[in-house]
Amino acid sequence: MTLPATDVGTTRAGATDALVEVRDLKVHFPITTGVLFDRVVGHVKAVDGVDLTVPRGQTYGLVGESGCGKSTLGRAILQLTPPTAGEVRFDGMELTRLSAGKMRGLRRRMQMIFQDPMSSLDPRQNVESILTEGLAAHGIGAGRSERRDIINRTLDAVGLPHWALSRYPHEFSGGQRQRIGIARALVLGPELIVADEPVSALDVSIQAQVINLLDELQEELGLTYLVIAHDLAVVRHISDVVGVMYLGALVEEAPSDRLYREPLHPYTRALMSAVPVPDPDLEDRRERILLAGDLPSPANPPSGCRFHTRCPWAQPTRCADERPVLRDVGGTKVACHWAEQIASGELRPHEVRVELVRPGDEGEAPSIVSAPSEPGTYV
Amino acid sequence: MTLAPGKKKEKLDRLAELSAVHDDERGVSLWREAMRRLRRNPAAIVGAVILAAFVLVAVIGPFLVPYEPTDTIGVREKVVSSGHGIIPGPSADHWLGYDHQGRDEFSRMVVGARQTLIVGIVSTLIGLTIGVLIGGVAGAAAGLGGRWGRLVDNVLMRIVDMMLSLPSLLLAVSVAALLGPSLVTVMIAVGMVSVPVFARLLRGAMIAQANRDYVLAASSLGVRKSKIAISHIVPNSLAPVIVQATLTLATAIIEVAALSFLGLGNPDSAVPEWGLMLADAQKYLDVRPGLAIYPAVGIIITALGFTLLGEAMREALDPKLRR
Amino acid sequence: MALLDVQDLSVTFSRRGQRTVHAVDGVSFTVDAGEVVGLVGESGCGKSVTSLALMGLLPRQRGVHVGGSASFDGTDLLKLDPRSMRDVRGRDVAMIFQDPLSSLNPVVPIGIQVTEVLVRHRDMSRDAARKEAAELLDRVGIPDPRRRLKEYPHQLSGGMRQRALIAMAVACRPRLLIADEPTTALDVTIQAQILELLKELVRDSGTALIMITHDLGVVAGMCDTINVLYAGRVVETARRKELFAGRRHPYTVGLLRSIPRLDAGRGEKLTPIRGSVRDVLPWTEGCAFAPRCDRRVDACVGEPPAMTPTHTGHEFRCVNPFPLVQPEEARA
Ligand SMILES: Nc1ncnc2c1ncn2[C@@H]1O[C@H](COP(=O)(O)OP(=O)(O)OP(=O)(O)O)[C@@H](O)[C@H]1O
Ligand SMILES: Nc1ncnc2c1ncn2[C@@H]1O[C@H](COP(=O)(O)OP(=O)(O)O)[C@@H](O)[C@H]1O
Ligand code: SF4
Ligand code: SF4
Ligand SMILES: [Mg+2]
Ligand SMILES: [Mg+2]
Repeated sequence: MTLPATDVGTTRAGATDALVEVRDLKVHFPITTGVLFDRVVGHVKAVDGVDLTVPRGQTYGLVGESGCGKSTLGRAILQLTPPTAGEVRFDGMELTRLSAGKMRGLRRRMQMIFQDPMSSLDPRQNVESILTEGLAAHGIGAGRSERRDIINRTLDAVGLPHWALSRYPHEFSGGQRQRIGIARALVLGPELIVADEPVSALDVSIQAQVINLLDELQEELGLTYLVIAHDLAVVRHISDVVGVMYLGALVEEAPSDRLYREPLHPYTRALMSAVPVPDPDLEDRRERILLAGDLPSPANPPSGCRFHTRCPWAQPTRCADERPVLRDVGGTKVACHWAEQIASGELRPHEVRVELVRPGDEGEAPSIVSAPSEPGTYV
Repeated sequence: MTLAPGKKKEKLDRLAELSAVHDDERGVSLWREAMRRLRRNPAAIVGAVILAAFVLVAVIGPFLVPYEPTDTIGVREKVVSSGHGIIPGPSADHWLGYDHQGRDEFSRMVVGARQTLIVGIVSTLIGLTIGVLIGGVAGAAAGLGGRWGRLVDNVLMRIVDMMLSLPSLLLAVSVAALLGPSLVTVMIAVGMVSVPVFARLLRGAMIAQANRDYVLAASSLGVRKSKIAISHIVPNSLAPVIVQATLTLATAIIEVAALSFLGLGNPDSAVPEWGLMLADAQKYLDVRPGLAIYPAVGIIITALGFTLLGEAMREALDPKLRR
Repeated sequence: MALLDVQDLSVTFSRRGQRTVHAVDGVSFTVDAGEVVGLVGESGCGKSVTSLALMGLLPRQRGVHVGGSASFDGTDLLKLDPRSMRDVRGRDVAMIFQDPLSSLNPVVPIGIQVTEVLVRHRDMSRDAARKEAAELLDRVGIPDPRRRLKEYPHQLSGGMRQRALIAMAVACRPRLLIADEPTTALDVTIQAQILELLKELVRDSGTALIMITHDLGVVAGMCDTINVLYAGRVVETARRKELFAGRRHPYTVGLLRSIPRLDAGRGEKLTPIRGSVRDVLPWTEGCAFAPRCDRRVDACVGEPPAMTPTHTGHEFRCVNPFPLVQPEEARA
């Protein structure tokens, strides 16, 4: 895309090849009650200490179950949700301390694609107005005709016909709407695109169209992606590096092929084994690690390792009282005290008692540890 | 953007071939599509016809009426003597007969239509304006969030809750009692009753819209918050408010009539107004029930017209029913 | 004889001023006792309407027309009057829906909802029913079932709600269970739990199961026979392994080529199906898939293609199907 060069404080301080660096990022949403004045009675720890690095020109995939904080993390990186603590560096610039005006100026370099193509498009705007809005906000393109030019080139890139301009979102199919959303992000000529569940609202046969389009665009424009999805197969397909999230934190991060070949974290293993594969032979052969119970509430996360209430490998020591940090184990980053022993087969999985998790439950403290009564029983 | 021309062409061909629509057709906006669906709905047509007739009568009727609505012509000509129970009914000269003071009932109905329309519109506008202001500020404050935003929103909404918890008639009667009986009082009273409805509706819609992804998309484009509120949130929140306003016109007309009937309206019965006419006719029900029936039917039919149109609009604007 | 024999089921919705929708357009399939039959297709292909028609749950009003037959153990479900249908429902045939919250009564504790079913259909006393209800909840994996009996649906998580719904569905030991996208609203790890539970129930009780889903992975793991639906018709039907190894219909092939697989490498190209499900030809004018099909030939348009049977029971509705491949090739 031949758009005017960015004039927003491109300091390029530590010009590494990392476009985005996130350090100990936290987003806590206050839970409040009260009639006139709000009283804070607790916090939903949607994102609770995440470190990650997205290299320029590559794709970082984030997977995890619903409510684990993927979207919140994505929005916090783009400063659409103010982070509670931590740092986000974009091309060497620290975003969390930037003024609102500066941040607005930077936005053209980082864009977002949304899950629901219908609700992410204003039903009252036609495609031209949707695509012009960003250009106008940044004063790109002198007149109407110059903007038209930029817009038409973007439409070509996402495979939408030019007559789409005068039409409204409701006149398109789901896949086409998602293309409009992608065009809106592209029209500003961004470097980073955060795609939050870009295909999960689409029909199966359409998903591949959008995945391929994202791939092509990356190749042609050298984009950097942060792709968020709950579908491990999708994430693995498009990502160079995959990060697995559980209850607001990363539990494992590895190059995508490696993650599939040897998942180290118990949660990753369970997640991987739960994904259905359209191959009956493989389905019959593979072993399932069934997790007991539900995701605990992020308002009241379990102590120690957050996964210990459901972990089939949980041990009586350390798991319940010491939070594992993300550490390097043979090229994979994993947050588990026992990763080596689990990988070597020294530790074996065991039964887990189910704990009930109530939706919106903030009170009940997890009462049991699913560790074996006698240490070493399962070794 | 440098896409291989061959590839691009192929892509376009594919999509153009698959799409049945032609490129010379312009897109259909939501409003236009709603209009289109409105036109196909028989209830909407009936409502619109009723209202058109009503508005026509109200606007040009008073210039064409055969008699002055205040002229006690029947008493002068000694054909009406309400004290003795003599009130002649319809005749060739007086299509709906006389009222109890010997005035031409038909002329009074026509001029009363204008009065009723004005009162309905003005009182709805009062409610709409105040309600939209309160709801808009509360919605914007809630959307902005933060300590102060939430406080402003909370305070405004508690006030609205209080208004909502008062029975509407009681509220109207107290306003009327406070300001003394007059038509203005009635309009203010009826308007006040609908304030909480509009306020809650707009605030709710704004909060719902503020949580939609396209608002987030606009901020991620770098659009200012105030611009987002004005160009996205408010316009998308107005549809339910407009529907509600149409429906409120119906209730406003009925409520104005009710308040006039209770004697809280214009004490000067010379200016005809359907509610007042109904109240006056009460005493002569056994002599001339028609005097009560004409304004009652007038009120019912116009209210029905507004309701039909309002409901049809609700349906036409409902995003769930959109294909 | 098959437990359920659906022949030529069709459902049309007509509304004044709008085009008639052929939601289901001549669907035929059979379900044997104890068999798991899959109905797969994208949204709008008529999966839910098929299940609602079988359960007699379509609105009985003007404009909704149901045709064909569905013989369940000799009685045609489609011809039953509402009363007898209510008896069949719950006792012989039960259904699990996609959204458990909206199919459970929000103001009645789940224990009472399960107990009700038992009292009504199995003539149990209240006490016995309550005990049985607790056992059922235990069996579907709800922890601490006695306490859970008193809880309301909104107090349970999505997965637990779906379990409660399954408990209600299997309370009367139905001979046929219809599950309409039972796991679509759930996370994969919870989906795995629920699918395992369904498999177990089928294995232990010999209940037949119609599994409705859009996920080919789900059917690959649990169905004996699979029917692929497109635009209201079955376009391919086969035993599980045969369908995946020897798929013939271009739509089935297209679906399988367009989904990213967990076991495929990074960057392996996907081959999408072009257009969208909106681009259909009415079946009366030829193959509905023709506008999106890469193997389209002249014969595809004009006349609706018929089901081509093979000696293995594998059938497909296509005039120019993919050639039969050896299983090894297919996977390559
Ligand atoms: N504005 C908010 N206020 C309070 N809590 C919030 C807010 N936004 C998100 N949360 C909570 O934060 C947690 C993480 O939410 P988030 O949307 O990031 O999850 P997610 O991983 O994207 O899930 P999904 O796959 O369902 O999209 C959830 O428990 C959610 O309820
Ligand atoms: N009550 C209804 N009135 C009109 N059309 C309907 C109704 N229910 C379903 N349809 C239409 O029937 C088709 C099939 O729907 P459905 O069976 O729900 O699809 P799915 O395969 O996603 O479950 C769709 O085109 C849908 O719009
Ligand atoms: S630290 Fe313990 S509980 Fe956590 S994943 Fe590892 S083994 Fe399981
Ligand atoms: S009948 Fe023709 S158009 Fe239809 S699937 Fe077969 S080859 Fe394609
Ligand atoms: Mg999300
Ligand atoms: Mg469905």
